[in-house]
Amino acid sequence: MSTGTTEVMTGNEAAAAAVKLARVQVVAAYPITPQSPVVEQLSAWVESGELPAEFVTVESEHSALTVCITASTVGARVFTATSANGLAYMTEQVWWAAGARLPIVMCIANRAMAAPWNVLNDQQDSMSVRDAGWVQLYCRDNQEILDTTLQAYRIAERLNVPVMVCYDGFLLSHTVMPVSVPSVGDADAFLPKRPEPLQIVDVNDPRNIGPVVIADPRADASGQSCHGYMEIRALHQQALLAALEVVPEVDAEYAAVVGRGWGGLTWEYLLEDAELVLVAAGSLGTQATVAVETLRAQGVQAGVLGIRCYRPFPAAALRERLVGRKGVLVFDKALSYGYEGPICADLRAALSGEPDAPTVWGAVCGLGGRDVSPDHLVDAARRALADGHAGTRHRPTDWINLRLDG
Amino acid sequence: MPTKILDLPVTERVLSGNRACAGCGIGIGLRAITKALDGRMVMTVPASCLTVLGGMYPISSVDVPWVNVAFPSTAAAASGLAAGLRAMGKADEMTVLAMAGDGGTGDIGIQALSGAAERNDDFIYLCYDNEAYMNTGTQRSGLTPAGARTTTTWSGKRENPKDMPRIMEAHGIPYVASTSAVYPTDVYDKVAKARTIHGLRYVHMNVPCPSGWGFDPKDTVRLGKMAVDAGLVVLYEVEDGVFRLTGRSAALAKSGKRTPVADYIATQGRFRGMPDGSVDEVQAWVDARWDGYVRRDTAGR
Repeated sequence: MSTGTTEVMTGNEAAAAAVKLARVQVVAAYPITPQSPVVEQLSAWVESGELPAEFVTVESEHSALTVCITASTVGARVFTATSANGLAYMTEQVWWAAGARLPIVMCIANRAMAAPWNVLNDQQDSMSVRDAGWVQLYCRDNQEILDTTLQAYRIAERLNVPVMVCYDGFLLSHTVMPVSVPSVGDADAFLPKRPEPLQIVDVNDPRNIGPVVIADPRADASGQSCHGYMEIRALHQQALLAALEVVPEVDAEYAAVVGRGWGGLTWEYLLEDAELVLVAAGSLGTQATVAVETLRAQGVQAGVLGIRCYRPFPAAALRERLVGRKGVLVFDKALSYGYEGPICADLRAALSGEPDAPTVWGAVCGLGGRDVSPDHLVDAARRALADGHAGTRHRPTDWINLRLDG
Repeated sequence: MPTKILDLPVTERVLSGNRACAGCGIGIGLRAITKALDGRMVMTVPASCLTVLGGMYPISSVDVPWVNVAFPSTAAAASGLAAGLRAMGKADEMTVLAMAGDGGTGDIGIQALSGAAERNDDFIYLCYDNEAYMNTGTQRSGLTPAGARTTTTWSGKRENPKDMPRIMEAHGIPYVASTSAVYPTDVYDKVAKARTIHGLRYVHMNVPCPSGWGFDPKDTVRLGKMAVDAGLVVLYEVEDGVFRLTGRSAALAKSGKRTPVADYIATQGRFRGMPDGSVDEVQAWVDARWDGYVRRDTAGR
């Protein structure tokens, strides 16, 4: 461990600092609020020579991720960042990057989806691509953004799966905090050069990468049976599930070198004796820690379980920490329209059938940047407790700070 | 001097046996293209007929590195390959070749292509133009000729095709060429020249399609040549702004012996039932275009 520096920086600047420390070789960029300052900073460093990388100013987010896909295919370490409609526009390539098993790292400055237009924070954008086969990590503050972005390369390159580093737009992306920047030596010690890609592009050993694959295994020219589509998908799922081990391992490796860790899959606050557990991802979790302090002052044994790794979903870790509690209140900044919040639904499924499972309450908040204060979270917790005392087992999702009547 | 057919390199990168339709013109062109690049290349290919020709995992019919990509992304994929190879210090090992069909180029892929051209990224983009979405069953594209019946223009397409080489010229890129797969030496010479240039090089290659156009597979070369003789397909190149007709089109400009569009239209099922008036309109469109090409050839720009 050598001395780095501590600087006051925004979440976007923290992400850019990590990309530079990761010695990224190709950056593809297309502007969208609130992500744009990440690539603006990287562009400046590429122009000044501080970051010796190719910087491709593409004409769309679809092309931004495409450039990352093919540059990663030939072995380069790559980066892009986006938000909201930009992520939706590149969705086809989000799936391609994962299916092609490329260790791409992409930052998402979380922003609400249109329509109607809104540039402020919620997590509907990244939640909407949760099924595409990427690791998704959610950050609480700017320090975690820097550390997680560096860790993301290690995770991606160990598993050959892409990683999204998600952080709340404006709340973190444009808010300054003191951030400790590891030294170049520590970053290099933690993150070695990218290993050889799974596929190679070599004129002396030509391969057809990503061709049509039929449903069943098929013999090659020498009669050797090769995987069908379903086997390839099963291997992808195995790699993603292996992230449940690798994410905490990499966090521990990082802590050993840099002296700071984030808990791996989940994190917790005053959880040990908690009867009511507030669950959230991202900066909302930080607000929940303030809420549980208030609740405890009011005599409620409350704690926080934060989701750091949402995909793969840490079902076993959550069961281990939540079974036996009285109630769990999940705050989602996103909605599976027509059902409920995505984290809430996943958590219910994870706890389903457990004999001593807590009642799970769902709440949705902060859509399109609607203010969420710790007091709102406290009020929601008290409503959940009241419903619990009344014996209500099913209730509609609680919309926090909703004012339909003006 | 144009290369003669017997002087083409003998090493084949397109292996015998592939999944393309009988009489498909793509293979003829691809043989010349891979020879012109001497196999020192990486191709990137979107969903298209060419994907089918390339083969299904784990068997490939083409002996060069090949990266499959999503439909709209061909040009951006080539930009990424070029940037990645530069970053890895391997840019001199191979030429990046993007190769997509007319729909993949002029419709869904035009945004990424325009972006790459404006940046003058370092690759060859080759559009093989079989004049409709043939891989999905002959739906009309923006490059389908007027009068052609497709599965989305049952009574014949009303509009003339968009002029992709002119669109690419307007980007000010260093090299634009139009060729036909049935003239392999013309394809070879243009790709070989493009190989020596840096920046974005655009080659538009007409490719007759027996199943989509409705003709006997044995007639691929004959019909491809008829299209050139009628002036529907024009062989030319624009190098640093200097325009010149090449091969058969240059000879036709000298001799003035273009054939009537009606003779060409009569050979294909897709034009069956096309009203005489519509044929006359296409003839007038071709005449005006042809005069323009000849004027440009004379002027050299």
